[in-house]
Amino acid sequence: MTTLTINGKRQAVTAEPDTPLLWVLRDELHLNGTKFGCGMALCGACTVHLDGQPVRACVTPVSAAAGHKITTIEAIGATPVGQRVQKAWAALDVPQCGYCQSGQIMAATALLKAIPKPTDTDIDQAMSGNICRCGTYQRIRLAIHQAAGDA
Amino acid sequence: MRKLLALLLVPLFAQAGDTALFDPVASVVMGPRCINCHQADAPRQKDWGVVHAQQVVRGADGHGAAALRCQACHQAANSADGRVPGVKDWHLAPRSMTWRGLDKKAVCLQMRDPARNGNRKTPREVVEHMRSDPLVLWAWQPGGHRTTPALSHDDFVKALVAWADAGLPCPDAP
Repeated sequence: MTTLTINGKRQAVTAEPDTPLLWVLRDELHLNGTKFGCGMALCGACTVHLDGQPVRACVTPVSAAAGHKITTIEAIGATPVGQRVQKAWAALDVPQCGYCQSGQIMAATALLKAIPKPTDTDIDQAMSGNICRCGTYQRIRLAIHQAAGDA
Repeated sequence: MRKLLALLLVPLFAQAGDTALFDPVASVVMGPRCINCHQADAPRQKDWGVVHAQQVVRGADGHGAAALRCQACHQAANSADGRVPGVKDWHLAPRSMTWRGLDKKAVCLQMRDPARNGNRKTPREVVEHMRSDPLVLWAWQPGGHRTTPALSHDDFVKALVAWADAGLPCPDAP
């Protein structure tokens, strides 16, 4: 039994300590907004925050997440920065198929919290671990600038 | 007289031989498990030292960009069946300790220079990181299909101690 703090709520989970956090979120807690992409930390679809830092839930053992504040896409709109990102994403029609977008939004929100006015280089360095098969990278970059501008 | 001559000559011969003491050390530290993280601006990966995927960069503290830290993927142990390497506090060596592009002699001179070796002043301090740092020890159990260093860790430590005891002599620069 592991106790996790997810989106501000303490929850006990029964998964083995080495179970990837992603499976606990999706299968045990039914927080399905976080997606499975590659299972090897190569694509970024499963990005969540651990104490505000993006991590790949597919390779994070649940034991490593215990004691930290976990934030998933379901709660990203609860912060002003997350709200601005959501607004910019919607305004620019960033999502196409949408599968990678919860990971993209998690990464973008963490970037804007760390660097409120990111340059293109900052964006590339923060977002290059999040792959989009629809190729929405230009819109993602624009939306991050827009969200930064609304600050 | 012969005894005196012998006493005088021994240090000379020892000195000449000492310059080879770094060879076994070099066989390990110039391998991909070490060099890939003793880099300037970005880590490398694989045995052929390809620049790390995902445009990973050094960042302000050697732990990656502000919002793409090493720990986003690298856990306290290997994950994804060994495909993603991990050990506690995965990070790049300090920029001052970059070895990429250096030859054996240059790496050796750098390792004994406190300005470029993490301010390690004595031979024992120099070898301690390689003897006990978990990040270094990971190289001998890297998982996945990664190759291990040229020597066993025990033999590496023996080579380090011999090199340290001789005063860290370097090739062509005792």
